[in-house]
Amino acid sequence: MSNTAPLLQVRNLRVEFPTRRGTLVALDDVSFDISPGEVLGVVGESGAGKSMTGAAIIGLLEPPGRIAKGEILFDGKRIDNLRYEQMRRIRGKDIGAIFQDPLTTLNPLYTVGRQLVETMTTHLPIGPGEARKRAIGWLEMVGIPAAAQRIDSYPHEFSGGMRQRVVIALALCAEPRLIVADEPTTALDVSIQAQVIALLKTLAREKGTAMMLVTHDMGVIAETADRVAVMYAGRVAEIGPVREVVKHANHPYSVGLMASIPPLDRRVERLAQIDGAMPRLSAIPQGCAYNPRCPQVFDKCRVLRPDLINAGTTRAACWLFDTELADG
Amino acid sequence: MADATPMFEARDLARHFDVSRPLLQRLVAREGRRILRAVDGVSFAIPKGTTLSLVGESGCGKSTVARLSVGLYGPSAGSVTFDGRDLAEARAMADQRRRMQMIFQDPYASLNPRWRVADIIAEPIRAFGLMKTRAEQENRVAELLTQVGLSPLDGQKFPHEFSGGQRQRISIARALSSNPEFLVCDEPTSALDVSVQAQILNLMKELQQRLGLTYLFISHNLAVVRQVSDRIGVMYLGRLAELAPAEALFRTPRHPYTRALMEAIPDLDMTGRERIPVGGEVPSPITPPPGCSFHPRCPLANDRCKRERPELKVAGDALVACHAVEEGRDDAMPMPAIARAAA
Repeated sequence: MSNTAPLLQVRNLRVEFPTRRGTLVALDDVSFDISPGEVLGVVGESGAGKSMTGAAIIGLLEPPGRIAKGEILFDGKRIDNLRYEQMRRIRGKDIGAIFQDPLTTLNPLYTVGRQLVETMTTHLPIGPGEARKRAIGWLEMVGIPAAAQRIDSYPHEFSGGMRQRVVIALALCAEPRLIVADEPTTALDVSIQAQVIALLKTLAREKGTAMMLVTHDMGVIAETADRVAVMYAGRVAEIGPVREVVKHANHPYSVGLMASIPPLDRRVERLAQIDGAMPRLSAIPQGCAYNPRCPQVFDKCRVLRPDLINAGTTRAACWLFDTELADG
Repeated sequence: MADATPMFEARDLARHFDVSRPLLQRLVAREGRRILRAVDGVSFAIPKGTTLSLVGESGCGKSTVARLSVGLYGPSAGSVTFDGRDLAEARAMADQRRRMQMIFQDPYASLNPRWRVADIIAEPIRAFGLMKTRAEQENRVAELLTQVGLSPLDGQKFPHEFSGGQRQRISIARALSSNPEFLVCDEPTSALDVSVQAQILNLMKELQQRLGLTYLFISHNLAVVRQVSDRIGVMYLGRLAELAPAEALFRTPRHPYTRALMEAIPDLDMTGRERIPVGGEVPSPITPPPGCSFHPRCPLANDRCKRERPELKVAGDALVACHAVEEGRDDAMPMPAIARAAA
């Protein structure tokens, strides 16, 4: 990590959903930083809270979900308590968002050019003429052939891969300093996926854009991210440099998750599997949320919830790495 | 591997869909019919007790082959043979139908939300009249639930009470309830998380060994396919580009598309290599390019590839549909890193 101040700071974030049957805690005590130019990968199974974290950062939590505790700082200023209009101005300009499904992000009734121009004239001090010129430039940059002609096409005239590139151009065109990308390549075929990832990587490197990359595809993370946060049941189980987390994970859940990925370079008779399933939000076990599935569980895990502690090269929320315990 | 009669055989299988606009609009716009050739001449055989996988990107026709294989679609041309009999006649007989079942991709859409799990699993038993008494049927459902790693008590629950992985177990139990010999699995794990995917893949392997099942496995994930297959067919735009034993395919992928596909997979080992993306995109199957349909994206394409459609020809252990491989020009394209690492 660099010594520059983090661009995004998430501090003890807790998101709750009040329901008739009681309050569900979707995110519980989630903390991490992202520095300029850094890509933080966020992985975990569905329902672990990856997308929820992204939604909370860009201020688009679906009601009745709300931030109950903690704070989110962007460039040192709190953004979690802003009013809708104030947040709307930051969204797009300072924080761009890329969602999984390009069809729902683009307005089907406007040409892609109009959507790009509108975004730029709203957030940047430029006129429509200049914005159109830049829009063509962005489309070229994301690899759309014949951008000058395609700019007047409607979203349905593009293929899936092209549409996702348009979405990326749209997220980038106001030159945000942070991009929250939620499964940006999941809907794409591997060959297109490779193109999109190469593009995102180049941008982070060349423009110093910070990125939070939410995905369940470990291959994508391994190739793109600098650091990785592994989430489980609304909590961060482990966070650390990508190489360490993927190759030498410490938290038993991360270890299990990495082991269950089918290897491409050899055939194994039986894949490593984590038995059981992630708990529902309404039934998160006491202590460590992973304790009923953990092969290394002991008494303390069933009672006390571990915080992130130093586990050598990463930080893991696991009592195995509690030095006091080892000494005692 | 060479069994006298394969369990399943597809010969020059084709399925075309008419996606023309309505007649009046066609006349006004003076355009012809538009035919989508989803599957366009595919042949393969699956020996008893083995797994053949079909891989490819979306739109390559792999799911259409799956549906043709169990008779959910009728072929436009060619034939499907199951245990030595043409499916067109075999479908008419309940006994043949009972012997093949399908597992679908989306466990949220393929189970009736209003039925209890026990009824869902028992449906094939009832449809084929396999069990006389109710008690017999209940025992069988309990046995199936146990077999797929669920509790017999789960039969009384509804599908919404289960997670995605558990639902896929229910789908498998339903597919097994008529004692089939042949299962067509259309992306059975792609809607699941990796840790759950491992559970389901292990279960499917176990069941294959225990019950001697034959699988046709459809997937877009090469790593998954490597774990389950005996042989692998790589599809591109409705045709087989390459058909080879699993290990041979990963050791020496021959077709340029197979190599490109392997090169494009994200690398978990982080050896620092830059992925070489396949340029361009899959063309529309309504207007496929002439000659070899991969030629606009192929680094080895020459004039012959633009004119003449390649047929599957023997190349080492594999069958490959590529002029460059046939002419020995394929050395110009490097082997993907995965194959190099294995060598």
